[in-house]
Amino acid sequence: MPNTIRVRAVANGDTVEVQSLIQHPMDSGFVKDKKGNLIPPHYIEVVTFEHAGKVVFSAFWGPAVSKDPYIKFSFKGGKKGDPLKISWVDNEGQKDSLDGKIL
Amino acid sequence: MSEKMAAPQPVNAERRLILKSLTFAGVAGFGLTGGGVWSAFADDAPTWPHDAFKQKNLDAALKALYGKGFEASDKIALDVPEIAENGAVVPVSITASLPGVTSLAILIPVNPFTLAAYYKVPAGTDAAVSCRLKMAKTSKVIAVAEAGGKLYGASKDVKVTLGGCGG
Repeated sequence: MPNTIRVRAVANGDTVEVQSLIQHPMDSGFVKDKKGNLIPPHYIEVVTFEHAGKVVFSAFWGPAVSKDPYIKFSFKGGKKGDPLKISWVDNEGQKDSLDGKIL
Repeated sequence: MSEKMAAPQPVNAERRLILKSLTFAGVAGFGLTGGGVWSAFADDAPTWPHDAFKQKNLDAALKALYGKGFEASDKIALDVPEIAENGAVVPVSITASLPGVTSLAILIPVNPFTLAAYYKVPAGTDAAVSCRLKMAKTSKVIAVAEAGGKLYGASKDVKVTLGGCGG
């Protein structure tokens, strides 16, 4: 299965700016399919960003986050070449993770 | 360690007493009290705030998430479009120019569930985030930041021309 996470983390001095895109339907549970049946809710609940084993940001999402979610944040103390791990879990227990590197 | 604690005697007598009683509580194992205190501070676990995400109005969502309301603050910068042509993808950015921010949240009162997103900000991470949210229709968007045990917030109106929550 191809990885659902894309990340771009760039170090600028002491600060690392992280942008990430995750492929996920983020179904709210309020939208109907073509036959008029409600599509059940299916959305990412938690996304965790870890730099060298330490959590630098965690996102808690509800069904109001758009499809294929985008997120941007910055943290201090990272440098070029450092590992950055991103992982998510959704309301159905599906999950994915990616071991990225800071550019 | 005992030498260090014994050094400043008269001034810190009260503090020592508290320390002593704490130690005593630990040693004697006051299970209930200890457990309560621990759970109150053990908020680092990445658990999804289930109750808060199920609330259907602003007050209830804030109460479930933080247990309190917010005071309006110009230190919270909320960047949203004035008009969103597509309610399914509304870019939202928050920046809190306050020291010691521990979390950020975005709430949209017209959505079926008010709380849209909640972010934990550890020390060393900037109190700012950008993301994209769905909006059912024209509404206020409210951003809050928790710092020093208090809640600060700002709100802005977003006009939605095509809703993002229904079929």
